[in-house]
Amino acid sequence: MSQIHARQRLYRRSRSSIFHGFDPILSAAVALLLVIGTLLVYAATRDWYARNGLDPQYYLKRHVINIAIGCLLAYGTTVIDYRLLRAYTPIFWGLGVLGLAAVLIPGLGSTVNGARAWIALPGGFQIQPAELAKIAIIIGMSMLLSERSHDSDEPSSRDVFQALVIAGLPVLLIILQPDMGTVFIISASVVTIIAVSGAPSRWVAGLLIVAVLGAVVATKTGVISEYQIKRLQTFVDPTADAQGAGYQLRQARIAVGSGGLFGTGLFNGPQTNGRFVPEQQTDFIFTVAGEELGFLGSGFILLLYLIILMRGFSIARRTSDPFGRLVTTGVIAWFAFQLFENIGMTLGLMPMTGVPLPFLSYGGSSMFATLIGFGLLQNVHARSKG
Amino acid sequence: MNQRSRLNLLVVQILIISLLVALFGRLFYLQIAAGPKYRDAALSIQSRDVVSPATRGLIVDSSGTPLALNKVGLAITIDRIAIDKQPDKGVAVMHRLSKLLKLRYRDIYQNTRLCGELAKGQRAGCWTGSRYQPIPITKEADPDTALQIVERSDQFPGVDAAPIAIRNYPGLAGVNAAHVLGYVGPLTDIDLAKGQGKAYFRSEAIGKSGLEITYDAYLRGVPGIRTLIVDRKEAITAQGKSTAPIPGNHLVTSLDARLQGAVEVALADAIKRGRANGNTSDSGAAIVMDIRTGRILAIASYPTYDPNAFEKGLTVEQASDLFSEKKSVPALSRALQGLFAPASTFKSVSVIAAAAAGYNLNATYNCPAEVQVGDRAFQNFESKSQGTMSMKKAIAVSCDTIWYRIAFDEWLRDGGLRPKNKPSDYFFKAAQSFNITQRVGIDLPSESSSRLADRAYKRSWYQQNKDFYCNYKDRATKAQQTPFLVLLAKENCLDGDKIRAGDAVNFAIGQGETVVTPLKLLQMYAAIGNGGTIWQMLVGKAIVKTDGTVVKTMTPQKLGTLSATPATLNFLHEALREVVVSGTGAGAFAGFPIPVSGKTGTAEVFGRNANGSLKDNTSWFASYAPSNKPRFAVVMMVSQGGFGASTSGVGVRKIYETLFGVKANTIVPGAAIYPEGKPPTKLPKISPATKPKESP
Repeated sequence: MSQIHARQRLYRRSRSSIFHGFDPILSAAVALLLVIGTLLVYAATRDWYARNGLDPQYYLKRHVINIAIGCLLAYGTTVIDYRLLRAYTPIFWGLGVLGLAAVLIPGLGSTVNGARAWIALPGGFQIQPAELAKIAIIIGMSMLLSERSHDSDEPSSRDVFQALVIAGLPVLLIILQPDMGTVFIISASVVTIIAVSGAPSRWVAGLLIVAVLGAVVATKTGVISEYQIKRLQTFVDPTADAQGAGYQLRQARIAVGSGGLFGTGLFNGPQTNGRFVPEQQTDFIFTVAGEELGFLGSGFILLLYLIILMRGFSIARRTSDPFGRLVTTGVIAWFAFQLFENIGMTLGLMPMTGVPLPFLSYGGSSMFATLIGFGLLQNVHARSKG
Repeated sequence: MNQRSRLNLLVVQILIISLLVALFGRLFYLQIAAGPKYRDAALSIQSRDVVSPATRGLIVDSSGTPLALNKVGLAITIDRIAIDKQPDKGVAVMHRLSKLLKLRYRDIYQNTRLCGELAKGQRAGCWTGSRYQPIPITKEADPDTALQIVERSDQFPGVDAAPIAIRNYPGLAGVNAAHVLGYVGPLTDIDLAKGQGKAYFRSEAIGKSGLEITYDAYLRGVPGIRTLIVDRKEAITAQGKSTAPIPGNHLVTSLDARLQGAVEVALADAIKRGRANGNTSDSGAAIVMDIRTGRILAIASYPTYDPNAFEKGLTVEQASDLFSEKKSVPALSRALQGLFAPASTFKSVSVIAAAAAGYNLNATYNCPAEVQVGDRAFQNFESKSQGTMSMKKAIAVSCDTIWYRIAFDEWLRDGGLRPKNKPSDYFFKAAQSFNITQRVGIDLPSESSSRLADRAYKRSWYQQNKDFYCNYKDRATKAQQTPFLVLLAKENCLDGDKIRAGDAVNFAIGQGETVVTPLKLLQMYAAIGNGGTIWQMLVGKAIVKTDGTVVKTMTPQKLGTLSATPATLNFLHEALREVVVSGTGAGAFAGFPIPVSGKTGTAEVFGRNANGSLKDNTSWFASYAPSNKPRFAVVMMVSQGGFGASTSGVGVRKIYETLFGVKANTIVPGAAIYPEGKPPTKLPKISPATKPKESP
């Protein structure tokens, strides 16, 4: 009874002022990124589609719809009491694992850029279960590591072990796709959550060692496909596969480098308009910013990311609830490593993988997941104040 | 939050900030530090230059008659990329094309192969350009044929027809001048690699030999460039900047078309005459020069080729004939690349040597049938004794034995096989003052250096060959191990670095290892004729813009002065005049109304021809005229042409007949090439329509 009352009370409060507790700086930074992202997606596709007799606003329209749905999801995630989320977490997680298993079934999953990561839905829609699995893992782990089964300030080894199982199963399924970029991002987030949970240091150290060994073993034993190794090789030596991955990386760097200080101006980038960089509305969206907005514009984007992450850290510090802190930390780590992986790849600092850039890239699943993540940050922020 | 959590959160924060800083740093490097480099790379990816070639400048003679001009042709081209994609690699298309154009399939096939695709030695007629350029099969198709190809594009996929500017050598006044003018061809990768700093464009045609290559930078002009911005599919997305082509400048030469035509005919006639007299007469050269300025007025080489053949499209046969020994290698310019012993023409040098050594040029000398030099007897030409005679007469009748005696005596005086510390070397020094080993510096590519067999040459020869001769038994082939050759090798090993008596006497009559190009001998006789100045020799006179302004004038340099005293030169002038009046050249010039001075030369050549026959003598005639006021020098050489006088001497007379307007021993008024007695100094008006002057 009392539980129901409590829930009703929470609903009422949130309904009474829908923007109550929104972090204005965080929200403004995300909103700016969404606007910039929309322009970049449009710039990346407009000329090429017009020139080839297609609807030049095809991607723009879909991107705006994605953002609208994403914002609704973010709003929902913000206003719902995250403590309620905990109750549904097992369901999220189960759905995520099911989805990840489903993509591996021939006929259900479709392969894009060498990874079997998508489920095709009727009407030309596709969803990427790995994106939603990220959220399930973050919430699930945070839940396990914040609930103390005993009277201690830190999670026990048993808790940590359970949390690792929660993360391990989806990660194994993602390795099978294979989508090593996502594996890297989830692993980094997992280690971050465990480290911040206050778990014994031996776990953190051990996990880091396991991660390094895992990477070595994976490359040596062929768990990583030939396709992945080729991408890694071209990272070390971009001329190794000049027409394939090396070509893309080189084109990306040329597009960014040619932008200079001020860029060519939005919609005016010859490299972008000539579509020399593949996937430039999704994974390589940052090349559009680099070429057309220059160092000033793309540097500003990096600054917005820095603001979002720093707001995240301050939310994590201020909240008194261990669960909220771990969720926040997980989301920060996810955003940070994903944007580092994506921009790092574009700039030639990281090997080539297929991860989208949070808030900017075109793509429904990723946009929804990122905005849900943003909603989680807002949610924790709101509760910690109230 | 416990202590460890707080600390770890801070660590994570620092880690993430450093990741972002790394991205900032990398972004700064790419966009600011390395920005210009990437901008260039982007430009090369996104822009395509469409090159519209500039009109090539004309090459004209000294009176403005065009020697090389441009013509509109119809090119039939094959796109290699397109035909390679066909299932049979274009075999069917090329067969159809060969029927339509009435060309051999083999030629079309060969024309469309990149030279790099073919084995060495099988490259004749191959395409020197790149795979991405349309390859012209012919540039002079008739419009009906071109129309058929365009209309039946289903029958001829990958074949195209388009109007094209082609280089044309009009051959006015019968001029061939292939070796002088050269030809143009597509730019090759080698040209691109060699042309460091030169702005070449892929689709340009550039000079490949002759004047076309020497003055290519002026003639070529600057092609117009239209820059197009393209996308990944090569579709045009925008127009970049564009520049109009700047036509090439014209080249005015000192040649005269009518004289050039006549010299070519005279040379070809000389070859015929040589053959009629039973000589092989495989090749020859004839050159006319203004001895006061060093400018070349006509220059011919035999055998020659059609300079227009390159633009028409060479057949495989034509291409291989150019370098075929059987056809006497028509590609070679004998005037500047042929090296031959100068024979008796070299006695002019010996006269200067004898004078320097103190011999009285006005005394009388004995001309016996033979002279004993050491243990060998050296014969006079045709082993005739001519009795006692003046030195002048000895030059006129070309007595050899006088020179054997003098050269041998001087050799002994210099210490013979054990030369003195500072030998007098009168003969070598006289020859050296003619700058024999220095090129004449003509503005044509690949001029050969002449060779003077003096002491320095002997030493360097010995350095290079000592090992072979001193280890002859091991190094030589079985066939070379005859007793005579083994003995010779032993001698060469012992004192191959020394001038032997035989070398010294041979040197004096222009035999042995001294060899000169016809151009060099002309330069020597010009120096004698003009009183001692050794001129650089040039064909190009000026570079003129299309609007008539002069961009550059080329003036031959003075390269040196003869060491001979005026008295010696005077004697030489008289002696060389005597040759034509009463000596070996008298027959050839009988009745010629203008005084000519000259010297015959008949050089013995060792070795055999490909068919096994012994090589015939080299026929020389070196001259200048008018003897009283020398202005022109003419040299003709016919390889294996027989006697100097009958083959070349007669040929040189014919050249003078044209030069001075002489018909049947009389001067026809107004018929001379240069009515004022000297070549024009004023530059002509340049127009492609200029016709050569008609002679009365």
